Order: sequence, then structure tokens, then C-alpha cells
Amino acid sequence: MLGLNKKDTTLLLVVMALALFAPFILNPFPEGSSLAQMFNAGYPDLMQRFVIYGILVIGFNILFGLTGYLSFGHAAFLGIGSYSAVWVFKLIGMNVIPAILLSMVMAGIFALLIGYISLRRSGIYFSILTLAFAQMSYNLAYSVLGNPASNYNLTNGETGLQLLLDDPRILGVSSVDGSLPVTSFFGLAMRDSYQLEIGSWLFTFNVGYYLCAIIMLISFYISIRIFRSPFGMMLRAVKSNQQRMNYTGLNTKPYLLAAFVISGIYAGLAGGLLSSMDPLAGAERMHWTASGEIVIMAILGGVGTLIGPILGAGFNEYFKNILSKINDDVLHAWLAFLPDGLENFFVGIMHYFVGKGWHLTLGLLFMLVIIFLPGGLVEGGQRLMKWFSRKDKNATETKTTPAE
Amino acid sequence: MGILEVKNVGKRFGGLQALSDVNLSVKENSVHAIIGPNGAGKSTLLNCLVGKLIPDTGSVMFDGQSVLGRAPYEINQMGISRVFQTPEIFGDLTVMENMLIPIFAKRDGAFRMHAIEAVSSETGINEQAEKMLEEMNMVDKRHMNAAALSRGDKRRLEIGMCLSQEPRLLLLDEPTAGMARADTNNTIDLLKQISDERDITIAIIEHDMHVVFSLANRITVLAQGTPLVEDDPENIRGNPKVREAYLGESA
Amino acid sequence: MDAILLQILNGLDKGSAYALIALGLTLIFGTLGVVNFAHGALFMIGAFCAVTLQRIFKLSFETLDPTQKDFLGNPLKVKTPYVESWFGPEMGAAIIDWSVPLAILFSIPIMLAIGYIMERGLIKHFYKRPHADQILVTFGLAIVLQEIIKAVYGANPIPTPAPEVFRGSFDFGVMLGFDPNAIIYPYWRMVYFAFAAVIIGAVFAFLQFTTFGMVVRAGMADRETVGLLGINIDRRFTIMFGIAAAVAGLAGVMYAPINSPNYHMGMDFLVLSFVVVVVGGMGSLPGAVLAGFMLGILEAFASMNEVKSILPGIDQIIIYLVAIIIILTRPRGLMGRKGVMED
Ligand SMILES: Nc1ncnc2c1ncn2[C@@H]1O[C@H](COP(=O)(O)OP(=O)(O)OP(=O)(O)O)[C@@H](O)[C@H]1O
Ligand SMILES: [Mg+2]
Repeated sequence: MLGLNKKDTTLLLVVMALALFAPFILNPFPEGSSLAQMFNAGYPDLMQRFVIYGILVIGFNILFGLTGYLSFGHAAFLGIGSYSAVWVFKLIGMNVIPAILLSMVMAGIFALLIGYISLRRSGIYFSILTLAFAQMSYNLAYSVLGNPASNYNLTNGETGLQLLLDDPRILGVSSVDGSLPVTSFFGLAMRDSYQLEIGSWLFTFNVGYYLCAIIMLISFYISIRIFRSPFGMMLRAVKSNQQRMNYTGLNTKPYLLAAFVISGIYAGLAGGLLSSMDPLAGAERMHWTASGEIVIMAILGGVGTLIGPILGAGFNEYFKNILSKINDDVLHAWLAFLPDGLENFFVGIMHYFVGKGWHLTLGLLFMLVIIFLPGGLVEGGQRLMKWFSRKDKNATETKTTPAE
Repeated sequence: MGILEVKNVGKRFGGLQALSDVNLSVKENSVHAIIGPNGAGKSTLLNCLVGKLIPDTGSVMFDGQSVLGRAPYEINQMGISRVFQTPEIFGDLTVMENMLIPIFAKRDGAFRMHAIEAVSSETGINEQAEKMLEEMNMVDKRHMNAAALSRGDKRRLEIGMCLSQEPRLLLLDEPTAGMARADTNNTIDLLKQISDERDITIAIIEHDMHVVFSLANRITVLAQGTPLVEDDPENIRGNPKVREAYLGESA
Repeated sequence: MDAILLQILNGLDKGSAYALIALGLTLIFGTLGVVNFAHGALFMIGAFCAVTLQRIFKLSFETLDPTQKDFLGNPLKVKTPYVESWFGPEMGAAIIDWSVPLAILFSIPIMLAIGYIMERGLIKHFYKRPHADQILVTFGLAIVLQEIIKAVYGANPIPTPAPEVFRGSFDFGVMLGFDPNAIIYPYWRMVYFAFAAVIIGAVFAFLQFTTFGMVVRAGMADRETVGLLGINIDRRFTIMFGIAAAVAGLAGVMYAPINSPNYHMGMDFLVLSFVVVVVGGMGSLPGAVLAGFMLGILEAFASMNEVKSILPGIDQIIIYLVAIIIILTRPRGLMGRKGVMED
């Protein structure tokens, strides 16, 4: 279907089903129950982040997964996309489509420039060049370009770029009844939701989420096509042996640059969508640790695989959400069956890993994955499957032996 | 006029004159061996031919065109393919993919990128690769990761990858170094077959005299960066200068 | 003229910190071939060693002082640090006052131990893995370390003052015949610079004049050969890692009074130190020191108002700009050796 082989078609259909039915899948517990408070994730803003970060990591994977070039500055493109979109909302109007398009174009232009220079080096030098460019963007966004007193206040510094009531919005309105207009897709407001009640379950279908999900599916589909194309194969060959590639008549630079720009555009798209869902863009989105988080998501899922980026982004956001919700009260409730002393002891320890300490848990998890599971969740899944199939075989073998 | 004309090439590394006044003419469709003691400058010469190094002086003409100052990929596109001393293949990719890549590279060059159509939809190129695998006797290994091949198979794959681009000149740097006797003989047979059946010129650097005398129809002896003699194999065998170059080295 | 001098002085203390962190980074890279993204975290841990020691010294017990009354007329609760009760009030106060310099002694064993555990427990297993994996696992470690510190010490910066005597500033201007207050420079920054110079000198002397150092230098030049000679190079490299950790830690201890320690100071310094290493040349010790000071001073100059009015924002990007230019034109850096991670 759609020019994909059977396996990839299945994969695409599975991802499509997951994305379209996410409001059901992520809300398995009845509304109001304690489990729901903890584990339900079917809220519009969280679901939006799942798919938007999915797009970001899918794009990052086209660069890092295929070529092995580790960019430590991808958050810059995310930030550029975010700012561009907010500017469209300020100057043009509240329709998200022009905003998203401009995000992609701006990120693409910056990726072309930064990529052209950074790709003149490889290995760690490439990483540091991208890091340097990203930090430069971050610092500038934070200082000169964000100084409200200056003439070139593009980013509004620490406060972040936001909509104002007196913005021109030449194709729209500056304000609606004295408040800010909302982002929309040809009149369909991003924040509108339809709620479906079935028994004590409550499911929310949000316009913004579905827009992001559809764009994510398109992005995913394009990435599958790229992975299976001669272009993708060439990139994998560059990763495997650049020396051989050079003596095989291929000028690797344009290929690498194309991959860099594509992944930059994906990041810009993600940034544009973030702003479309919530028209506010801050410089911290460009900080180098934000770039690090993109890398973390890619590694958690499984670098160089198709589904890995989606798993990684989803996993990261989901656990961030759950972990940050667990506080000491919740821990006490969970461990109430223990004797008091033990209960307090365990709560005391676990306290550091949940709630505000979720960074620590994810950091540890990330280290464990790199050490023991370099292929990420995808490799973990494959290993489990192998393990089970071997067990199955053993079981059948032991069964057949007595018969002989 | 040979297909490859090297004139007065010199190359200096700091205080070391690695090549001086090298003149070499490789005739079309011949097998030309370059031999010489360790450190004679053979690999340096080869690197000057493929664009890895740029000689300080002299000229290198391939089929009437200068190769100097061109990038390795451009030189490859002119019709020169290179086999490395230790096989350079795409270890993480399958054997079939290894074979497809050079064919795509030859077709697409630098700026044509096909990012949407699937590899499998390019039937013509797949057939070409398939045929080459057959010729190299590797069809049964097509789904293997190239890194898992034996050393002899890797070498065969690399040669196949080069041949799939239908080069006019094939350069080999010690293709049998470190190989077992059987693998060496297989490689000799393969190269013989290639030079007999194809419209191709082969230049080979080799230490193993058995390989040299089984294949070459012309031999250049390089010593201390300059060609000592260039002659037919029969004459090289008995040449006292050659013996001296080799004995002098080992004495 | 006085402005230039002032900027050079201003650049020195930041430059010293860059140089010390970069020194350890490049030492680890040159000996072990590992790109250590957790090195900034070591700097931060050093700074928190100073915080911790100050807190330990300030540990107090409470007594009721019947001679003083609080506003309700009850006897006033008075806190007395243990050190004051043990060593007498004057001596005790002096110890608290001098806790930052004293933390040097306190931090050395801690940093050596952390370095040792890090190398044996984690880094060792990554020698043969790609640089990208090394970057990633040490980046993960950096996050973990920083989050632990945040969990224990909170997210706010913790002021950690220098000893009383160093709190003032010195007027260089007067000494050199300029106007008073033209060039004033805090004493502690002078101490920091001198301290950095001593540490850098000690590291170089150690590598230059001890047999241990000779082996390590040989190992940096050619790891395999030294390994073949039957010298247990791995163990020496472990020790080297400990030393690099200690250097970063000491840099952090002494930096605490200059910038109140916070949990993300490691990440802030890390990127800049990496840039310093690259500019100096990966694996080059003198390069790291030179580049550290050079970039520190350059940054100070770029933040002069005269410069900023011509090139707005230049102070924010100058270091990165220099790094990009150096990487593109001189991948070996200022003083890098040939063949170290080139291409
Ligand atoms: N990049 C380089 N920089 C400095 N010296 C070099 C370089 N490449 C080669 N040399 C020196 O040039 C001389 C010729 O080297 P070359 O590798 O061409 O010899 P060779 O004939 O191929 O020897 P072998 O039979 O051992 O492969 C040697 O002394 C070598 O050390
Ligand atoms: Mg050679």
C-alpha cells in the first residue's frame, strides 16, 4: 500500500491506529478513579506532546540514525520553528497552516547554513560545531535578540515571545472581545475538544491533537519512504564506511546536507506545532540540554529503527508525566501494606526518584539503556521475542523427546 | 599512449622524498604490476592516482584527462575503481545492499537523490546487482551482513562492488596480503577471469611474486620512490638490478 | 589602557576555571581516549564540597541563654556551632570563616574516590565503544549527578563566602599610577588565579618529572606500544582519571565564592570547557591552558560596552565563534598533535 512493502504497511497501520485511538488507549481507567489520576494520559496537551516530540525525534533519527552524525544542537531548530510560528500569529493571523509552513521554511534555511558549515567536519567535531551553533542561537535569543528595549527584539528574552492584544494580525483580528484570539485550522480552534462519556469513562478528542497526529503520521510515512529509498541506503552506507563511499563515486556532502536539512525541517515543524498548540515560545527550548533530551529520546526508543523514535518520545513524555505526579502521599498510599518503619524508609528513598526528581530517574534509565541496551526499547523488544521463541522451542523439544 | 600516463610525479612528506620522477604508462586492457620493497612508495603512488594525495610535481592522465586536483569520487566517476589492502566494504549492510550501492552511486553521482522511490522498485539496478552476485558466487549470502563474511568473501565482494561500476581501470593494493594460499589462488583465478572476459585494465601492487607472475603482463619495479625498470615478466625475473633492490633491502 | 588591563584581569579568573576544567578533560581524552561529558559535573561537585564543609562547620547545638531574653521575655535560644565549643569561640569562628580553603583538603580524597569509581565502574567499559556512546553515557551521568545534588541541596544557589580577609578588592590602578577605582580587583579572584597557576604547574611538573608522568605521556602519544612494554598502563590511566577529577573538583571548590554554587553550574561550564579543549587541540595539555585563558580574556573584552555597542551580543557568542573558526580552519586546534581525531 502507498508504495510500502507489507511489513512497513503493517507498521504504518499500527502507528495510525495507535495515534487515532490514542484518546481511548491512553485513558484506560474510569474518570475520577485514583488509577486514572495516576496513569491516564489522554489529556489534550499531553497527547499533543506525544506526537509533536514524535515528529521531532523521527526527524532527528533521519540524521543520527541513518548517517551516524550526532547533532547536539537540534533544539535550535525547534526553537526557531517555535518563534517563527508565534511571529506569524502576531503579524498575519491565527491560522496554524501558514505558521507551520514558515516554521519549516525558517528551520530549513538555518539547517542549510548550520549544516553546510558543521558537515565539513565529522565525529566529535561535528557534534561540537552543532553544539556551538545551538548555544549561540540560545544566547542570542536570550540576550540581544530578546531585549525588549532594543529595536530587534525577536524573541522577547526571558519572558518568551507571546501574543499581545495590540498585535497587527493583518489577516485576522487583534483581539476578540478584549481577549486574545485562539489558534485555529480554518476556523476550527485548536483547543476545541469533543468529550465522549461512556459509563464512568471520559474520552477527550481534541482538534489540536488530531491535527498534530495527522501531521505526525504523514511525517512517519515520509520517513519510512526515506529509509527504504536509495537515498536512505546511501546514508546508511556513509555511516558504515565513509572511506569506501568516497571511492565509490558518491559525493557524500550533498547527501549528508540533505539529511541534515530534512531533519532540521522536521524539528522546525515540531516547533511550529508546539507554538500552534500554545502560542508562547521561550529560549529555554533551544538550550543545549534540550538538544540532549532529543538525543535521549532517540536512544531510548532505538536509533536507526523506524518505530524507535515514536516509542522513545512517547515513553519519555509518558514517564515524565507519571513520575512527576507521584508524590510522598501517593507513595505512602502504595506502600501502606508495609510496617511503618519500612514504609517510611522506602518512601524516603523513592522520594528522590519521583515528583520533582523524575529527571534523576530518566537520567539513570538513559544510562542503563546506553550501557546494556544500545538498541533501545526496540532492541529490548527483539530480545524478549527471541527469548520467548527460544523458550517455546525448548518447550516443544522437551515435549517431543519422550515420544521418540 | 597508455590509458594511464604518469609523468614525472614527485611527492614529499616532510623530509622524506617518497616519490621522485615517477614515469609510468599502463596499456589499455593489460595487467600491470607494480612491485618493490617495503616503503618503496607503491601505496603513495596509488594514492596519487585516486585523489587521496596530490603529488607535488608531475601529471597523472587517465584516458587523456588529468586526474590531479579532483576529489576521489570524481576520479571514480571517470572510470577508476580501487580495491583496498584490507577490504573496505559496508559492514553493517547486507551483501546485496553492498552490491547495489556502487551501481546507484554510478547512476546518481552527487546531486541526484532518490529519496522517495523504494530501492526494491528499481528493477534494472536490482537485476544488475543480482547478476554481479552470481558472478562472484555469492547469491546464497545475499542477505548476510557483510561484516560476517570470511576474509576471502569480503575481498571478492569488494572486487565485485568495483566491477559492478564497470570501471575502465581497476587498482588493487596488495589484494592477497595476509590471505591463506587457497584464498590467494581463488583471487588469482578471479582476477584472471576478470581480465580475460572484460574490457578492463588492471594495475596491481603486490608483494607475492607468485601472484605477480601469474597475472601480470607488464611489471614496474619501484625502489626508493623511483621506477627502477619497467619490462615484461620474463625479463624482470632475471634482471640483476631488481634482485639487488630486493636483496639490498633484505640484507 | 586601564580599561584593557581591567579586562585582562577580569578574564583571568574565568579563564582559570576554563583552563582547569579543560586540563582535566583533555588529560582524560589524551590518556583514555574518552570524551567525558560528566566533567562539568565534577567541577560542580567540587563546589558543593565547599558548601558541605561550610555546613558541617556550622552545625550547631542550641542552648538557652538566661541572660538574654527574646521579645516574649523567655530565655533566648542561642545556636553555638560545635567547632566553636570544641576549639573555643575565636578558633571556631576562624575555622568557619576559612571553610572554603579548608575544603581543598576535604575535597581531594572525595574527588579522587569519585574519579576512581567513575572510571572503574563506568568509563572503563566504554573505551572500545564509539565516541558517540561515550558522550551519551557521560551525559547521562552528568544529568544523574546534577539531579542528586539538586535533590540534596535544592535548586537555589548557595552563597559560600570566601574568608573575611579576602573579601575586599585591591586597587591595581593606584599601584600602576591610574586613577583610584579605575582597576579594582577582588582579592579572592587573585587568589583563584594564583591557585589555578599552582595547580596547572603541579600537573605539568608531575607529568614532566615523575616516572609515572613519563609513562602517562608516552601512553598519550602511543597507547599500544606502551601497553606492549608490559607496563600496566590501565591502572595508571585510572589514577590519571582520579587526578583529572581532583583538578576539576579543586577548580570548583575555589570557584564557590566567585559564583554561588548551583546544581547546573557543571552543565554551564561543560560546553565552554569543551570548546576550550577543541580550540586548544584535543589531547594537548598546554593547548587547553592557553586556550582557557585566551578565551576567558577574549570573553571579558567582548563584554566591554565599547565593543558591545559596535557588535551587539558579541559577548554572548564570541567563544563559540572562535571555536567554529578554529575547528574549520585548524582542526588540530592551536596546539593539538597530528592525527588526534582528525578529519
Ligand atoms: N602520509 C604520510 N606521511 C608521511 N610519510 C608517509 C606518508 N605515507 C607514506 N609515508 C612514507 O612514505 C614512504 C613510502 O610509503 P608507501 O606506503 O608508499 O610504501 P609502500 O611501497 O606501499 O610500502 P609497503 O610495501 O610496506 O606497503 C614510507 O617511508 C612511508 O613511511
Ligand atoms: Mg603499501
